[in-house]
Amino acid sequence: MTQYNSVPIRSSEITPRQVYLSRRDFMKAATVTASAALLAACAPSAAEQIQNTKAVPTSNATDELGDKINTYSDITSYNNYYEFTTDKQGVAELAQDFKVAPWTVEVGGLVNNPKTFGIEDLLKLLPQEERIYRLRCVEAWSMVIPWEGFTLASLLDVVQPTSDAKYVRFETVYRPEEMRGQKNDLYPWPYQEGLRLDEAMNDLTFLATGLYGEPNVPQNGAPIRLVVPWKYGFKSIKSIVKIGLVAEEPDTLWKSIASNEYGFYANVNPAVDHPRWSQASERRIGELNRRPSLPFNGYGEQVATLYKGLDLNVNY
Amino acid sequence: MPPMKKFPYTPLQIAIHIYAWSGLILLIFDAVTGHLSPNPIQDLEQRTGRHAITLLVLSLLCTPVNTLFKWSEPLKRRRALGLYAFMYAVIHVIIFADLDYGLAWSRLVQEVIQKPRLIVGMFAFILLIPLAITSFDIWKKRLGKNWKRLHRVVYFIAPLVVLHYLWSKKGDILSLQGDIVKPLIYGLIIAIFLIMRFPPIRKALASFSTRMLALLPKKNQQPKVDAP
Repeated sequence: MTQYNSVPIRSSEITPRQVYLSRRDFMKAATVTASAALLAACAPSAAEQIQNTKAVPTSNATDELGDKINTYSDITSYNNYYEFTTDKQGVAELAQDFKVAPWTVEVGGLVNNPKTFGIEDLLKLLPQEERIYRLRCVEAWSMVIPWEGFTLASLLDVVQPTSDAKYVRFETVYRPEEMRGQKNDLYPWPYQEGLRLDEAMNDLTFLATGLYGEPNVPQNGAPIRLVVPWKYGFKSIKSIVKIGLVAEEPDTLWKSIASNEYGFYANVNPAVDHPRWSQASERRIGELNRRPSLPFNGYGEQVATLYKGLDLNVNY
Repeated sequence: MPPMKKFPYTPLQIAIHIYAWSGLILLIFDAVTGHLSPNPIQDLEQRTGRHAITLLVLSLLCTPVNTLFKWSEPLKRRRALGLYAFMYAVIHVIIFADLDYGLAWSRLVQEVIQKPRLIVGMFAFILLIPLAITSFDIWKKRLGKNWKRLHRVVYFIAPLVVLHYLWSKKGDILSLQGDIVKPLIYGLIIAIFLIMRFPPIRKALASFSTRMLALLPKKNQQPKVDAP
């Protein structure tokens, strides 16, 4: 598999920013705590303080290919979220009053332990980690984004898919009163997406609850969204309320609008163009020159084997 | 007191020039002050494209306005509107070829000939060129009857431009789904403006408007004022 770029360090192995940023605070706090001698009661509050220390977003981090992460401002002000508006710069404002709490995610279908989780339950139950992922939009622009969250596999392990389960179906919340774009009847709301079960179980497939060291914001799909970095961005469904294990390939919103343009797989593939524009190159937000797009968005080493024997020209 | 020199521009003219230049000035201002979108080149492409198509639509509005309201001044403003539309189209194409594709001609050509969206856009642009060149009086005289024939090509260009716009969006016109509202609105407006030019419809509209205007109180009549 030499045609794919190797991945020297997995982002999950990089020290999370909160940790390295708070290390000094921790040392200071520890010293203070120690010199405050015998005041054992102080210790928990010092620990709390460290946890609450908001990480100052720094833009120095890079993805495993050495590309810098995008600025927090770019990530949170340029969003494709048609539930609010098709104007990418208009989403942030319209999404401001979107209620992200309380929030539950119903995980069911062909599983042994169907369960409805509150977001807090998920955060407690599943190990949180940071992932720096490239996001390649089908519109041929891209970003590098530091997410926090957990793998979809870790959640599926809890509910235990049955042997009949072959696909995972996801659904976005339907709240036309808060998401005015959902009043537009030209789209078959609510947004739904799907993955094959083996894609869903891949270690890259991620459910993000945080962004840039802070809780995720509504314009980026808060409180919980999918991130599938080797597929076009529209696969990474936002503000999820339902996850269902199913036997048949689920419908997806963009495929039902134009199946000749947006396939079920939607793997980033510079060799297969969108019928109306090229996918050979992309513009990284923050850069002026186009850069060539990579097969599987540069994650071929981890995921190309999923598609062995599958004609990617047909299964785009 | 010496007689005041008459102001040489009509309100319509002033409005057109201000409107046409404001788009470009705002664009430059946003570019210089860093207020373009995080995807600035696309932002420039989309904004210049929208200005071009809007001005083209306005140039097509002039004739129906004359038919309906018997107001002939817009007929004199078609040239300005058309040339402004062309100006934005030129900027649009330059940004696409230079900023977006860095004048990488082989990639550019490959892209353009493969994608219907770009073929249509390019074709519309190429057709605009002779219209822009021959929009001056000297050509009008030189071409005679053919000038009008030539400039009717705009009836063909306008739908092409809408198609180019529509195909740049994520939607499907046949199933009427997706992000198609804005191009559809432009398309409908252009369709209406073109239909209003069909001789039988135009005649019917003209006679209808004559009757309607006759009902209005005649406040436009010159009041009789004694010469000083």
